[in-house]
Amino acid sequence: MPIPMKFIRPALLLVLAAIATAAHAGSITVKGSDTLVILAQKWAEVYMGQKPDTKIQVTGGGSGVGFAALQNKTTDLADASRKIKVNEIEACIKAFGKRPTEYRVALDGLSLYVNADNPIEKLSLGELEGIFSGRIKNWKDVGGSDAAIVVYSRENSSGTYEFFKEHVLRGKDFVASAQTMPGTAAVLQAVSKDKNGIGYGGAAYGAGAKHLKVSKEKGGEAIDPTEETVLSGVYPIWRYLYIYVNPDLDKGEVASYLNWIRGDEGQKLVKEVGYYPLPKNLRQ
Amino acid sequence: MSWFHRDTSKRMTAEPKDAKRTIGWMGIQRGHQARPLEWLAERLIFLTSLSAIVMIFLIFLFVTREALPVILGRMNSAAVQPVIPVDKLDSLKPEELMLYLGLTPSEFASKDRATIKLLMEVKAEAAAEVTTDKDAKINTTQWRYLLLPYQWSGYDKPEHIWQPISDIRKYNIVPLLVGSLKATLVALLFSVPLSLAAAIFVSQLCSAKLREWIKPAIELLAGVPSVVLGFFSLIVMASFLQRLFGYESRLNALVAGIALGLASVPVIFSIAEDALTSVPQAYTQAALALGSSKWQAAWQIVLPAAIPGVFAAVVLGFGRAIGETMVVLMASGNASIMSWSVLDSTRTITATIAAELAEAVFGGEHYRILFLLGALLFAVTFLSNLAGGMVIQRLKHRLEGGA
Repeated sequence: MPIPMKFIRPALLLVLAAIATAAHAGSITVKGSDTLVILAQKWAEVYMGQKPDTKIQVTGGGSGVGFAALQNKTTDLADASRKIKVNEIEACIKAFGKRPTEYRVALDGLSLYVNADNPIEKLSLGELEGIFSGRIKNWKDVGGSDAAIVVYSRENSSGTYEFFKEHVLRGKDFVASAQTMPGTAAVLQAVSKDKNGIGYGGAAYGAGAKHLKVSKEKGGEAIDPTEETVLSGVYPIWRYLYIYVNPDLDKGEVASYLNWIRGDEGQKLVKEVGYYPLPKNLRQ
Repeated sequence: MSWFHRDTSKRMTAEPKDAKRTIGWMGIQRGHQARPLEWLAERLIFLTSLSAIVMIFLIFLFVTREALPVILGRMNSAAVQPVIPVDKLDSLKPEELMLYLGLTPSEFASKDRATIKLLMEVKAEAAAEVTTDKDAKINTTQWRYLLLPYQWSGYDKPEHIWQPISDIRKYNIVPLLVGSLKATLVALLFSVPLSLAAAIFVSQLCSAKLREWIKPAIELLAGVPSVVLGFFSLIVMASFLQRLFGYESRLNALVAGIALGLASVPVIFSIAEDALTSVPQAYTQAALALGSSKWQAAWQIVLPAAIPGVFAAVVLGFGRAIGETMVVLMASGNASIMSWSVLDSTRTITATIAAELAEAVFGGEHYRILFLLGALLFAVTFLSNLAGGMVIQRLKHRLEGGA
């Protein structure tokens, strides 16, 4: 059956329109961290609403994917939930001769989740290190009921995994029996189904499981991850979220977008998505 | 089956003695040159099938090439590497610089002095950050660290450890091999009896009307996307099995294996069913006439006659199960534990590649080792298919010889 002309014409127009948009000069591509992708989309949406000439395309994939794209010059901005690594800086220098510029764009507190039926309310950083490195294997050693601890972690490609490893495990390896989940939502889902489970992830997520209070030392004051405690640095597990950019591209439309993100309007959106805005003194 | 029909079929295709059959280039009959379109079609089909072989070969070549530096032991993953101070830049020869910075000659030629200096600075910074771990000088990509247990600092006994993101990157592939085999074995233990029973029932015992319902239903299982199957096992089956058996780790090799088994049931079923159906009716009829029951005829006459086909089905099922990615990624828990217990969470080769390749530094040692795993998987499936093919040949010989 031949396709009627009345379908073909609009389809052709659509294709042409798509090509025209892609070729538009004011388009910005953003790629990287899955943690940041919701926020990046929100920023893009609102910014495009204000400046209809600019087209912003946001994709996730992971912090490392963003850096790889930055090196290949297939993206303008690379989102990251961790700092860039030395070998990635090296690759960037090899590709475009300069260090990528780093911008801090938001703060995030990492929460510890346990099952809602778990009597544990708080843990110290030392106990967390013990649990996630495998030294502590039973809940009764940290004041809970007599049951083996089931550890849920993230895939090692995730920026969250690396951040947790560096700041909570202090560089030690995760226990081999840690089950790795493909995303924070999957960790939460697993913990909400497993009464002996414990997992970690962004503070913005949370429904379905109990957030633990965390103290710096055993017996110290245990703190809930809230905006105040994260911003003041009292809550011990927090991190910056970053955007990296090739300095050669950091001008014109891209530069004004980055300024807007770090300005009041952009930072207001950070809060809406569930992360924490940068305090004024840290906006550089 | 061929050994039964041999005589009749020979008679049917026999040609008059004076007929001239000349076979031309690529096995195409010269006679077809009178019909050029057919000739062209045949040649195209031949080229298509040839391209499949070339494709497989090229893929294998690509995977192996990417893994080659690791296979030959040419990678060095040691965290501590010698540092050359930046101010020595001018006293170094270009070759030394290229080696130190890991640049190819063409890359080196395209860099100006400022870029080279910047690279050297970054190298020095990296060296300053390095840990004082006693294992920091070890090149962890050597074969013995890939295969044998080793007591890393911070561990109390020699272990097989897969921790590719770490201060000391540990790439022992044995837990992943064990994980893949474990899940696949569970899958086969689950799916082979089930699908063979179903195949015997559908081809020999059930009524024609029922067959029309059961056969498409089982084969429809092949159309269920593996991500749906994985999700189902993650949410529903894992909880159900845990409540049933009361084990500790919710996601484990048992859950993943059963889900994999479900994925390979349609493969094994449909090939085994074909093999059983193609056993000549006369076999069954003769057995029944001699007083055997329907079940006896199916079990003792038809199944042995169809064994080569059934074996082929199992081999293909194995390939399907060991190569499946999404199901194990979702339902196995993905913990790289060195354990043969099916109640422990397990990490398979396929899931590891899928989860880690996207983030591995391109051309780095992690990337190369993931390709090594890919090549291993390829080799395992290839060898199992080859061995399967050989066994089938032998079985066929024996059956035909005895007939």
